[in-house]
Amino acid sequence: MRKLLLVITVFLGLTSQLIAGGQAQEEGAFNPSEVIMHHISDAHEWHFAGDFAIYLPVIIVDGGLKFLGSSSDFYHNIEENDGHHYGVKGDYALFHEHIYKLENGTLNFDEEGHPTNASISLDFSITKNVASMMLSAVLLFLIFSTVAKGYKKNEGKAPKGLQSWLEPVIIFVRDDIAKQMIGHHYARFMPFLLTVFFFIWINNLLGLVPGGANLTGNIAFTLTLAALTFIVTTISGNKHYWTHIFALPGVPKWTLVILTPIEIIGMFVKPIALMIRLFANISAGHIIILSIVSLIFIAGQAGTGTGFGVSPLVGIFTLVMNLMELLVAFLQAFIFTMLSALFIGQATEEAHH
Amino acid sequence: MLLEALIGNAGAGALAAGVVAIGAGMGIGKIGSSAMEGMARQPEAASSIQTGMIIAAALIEGVALFGAVIAFLAVNA
Repeated sequence: MRKLLLVITVFLGLTSQLIAGGQAQEEGAFNPSEVIMHHISDAHEWHFAGDFAIYLPVIIVDGGLKFLGSSSDFYHNIEENDGHHYGVKGDYALFHEHIYKLENGTLNFDEEGHPTNASISLDFSITKNVASMMLSAVLLFLIFSTVAKGYKKNEGKAPKGLQSWLEPVIIFVRDDIAKQMIGHHYARFMPFLLTVFFFIWINNLLGLVPGGANLTGNIAFTLTLAALTFIVTTISGNKHYWTHIFALPGVPKWTLVILTPIEIIGMFVKPIALMIRLFANISAGHIIILSIVSLIFIAGQAGTGTGFGVSPLVGIFTLVMNLMELLVAFLQAFIFTMLSALFIGQATEEAHH
Repeated sequence: MLLEALIGNAGAGALAAGVVAIGAGMGIGKIGSSAMEGMARQPEAASSIQTGMIIAAALIEGVALFGAVIAFLAVNA
């Protein structure tokens, strides 16, 4: 049974690469960086393949909250001005995933190709990333509520099913991350650390699925997570923590002129590092995999046969990179949670002289 | 200015990313080698050494990715 599954998986994987190789010649010149940026960026549609896409709702604030409905007009109703193509829906235009207000029914561009119309800065649309985040939130809720109910039902008995898979992971977060970094009062921070860990892990994994959204590779998302860590750390800081930042004890007083600004900057830089680390790792992983698959299309430009020819090799290479990305998905969730726990531990540490 | 004329924004960004990779490779290689050595000397401590190695490697990778992000910005702007 397992061997059959393995054979089917490898067969499907390789044939999909071959199909990609066959399509390489169809759509004019292939611009790899454009295709890659399209795949890792957020969009108002959830595009799967060719013409199959889910057009997500557009919601903006333009003198009041406006629900504009489906975004399909933005992608099908294309107009052109100055050689630049943009989608039009009602009074608004979509250019490079930004919504602008139309002036006299057109979107005007300056010499560098940037639109000069007023842009809508408050875009609350359900974009691909938002939809993916809602999906992962629902998944997490389902998984954990099932496990919680299971614990109630099996009170006192050994865990069964999904519980027995999740329990070691939760205990890992509790013992190796929370207890080790925070010490005595770790229980207060367990909900936060568990949420951060599983939320990042499941979003990393969903991003790896073909057709998934690159949510954790979006710097706004990681900014929010890092800001949450910063808020939790700052709120739970005790006297020991603040004296160490503003008046480090045990150093000559004149060095504090340099040390205090450095410590204050450090207070902000640590969450910023968390943000950039997660964003860059996940985005870089997706860019690598997309670049490798693009090799088929680039080879296909030289001739359909070349496209077919490189596909098995590219298929194997992509498989290896995807396996490494699975490791990175877990590792980045672990590192983010561990460093958050470390910062919280530093903030709540009692003096121990 | 000379660099910009020779290889342009994209070339400078690509060069920066390459240099960053060298730094990260050297740093993580050193950590890996000392971790291996430590684990060979004292196999009982292998698990905690491994955890420390992963943490240090992730921190170095974070710094390397700052450089990569700046290189990416240089290519595009």
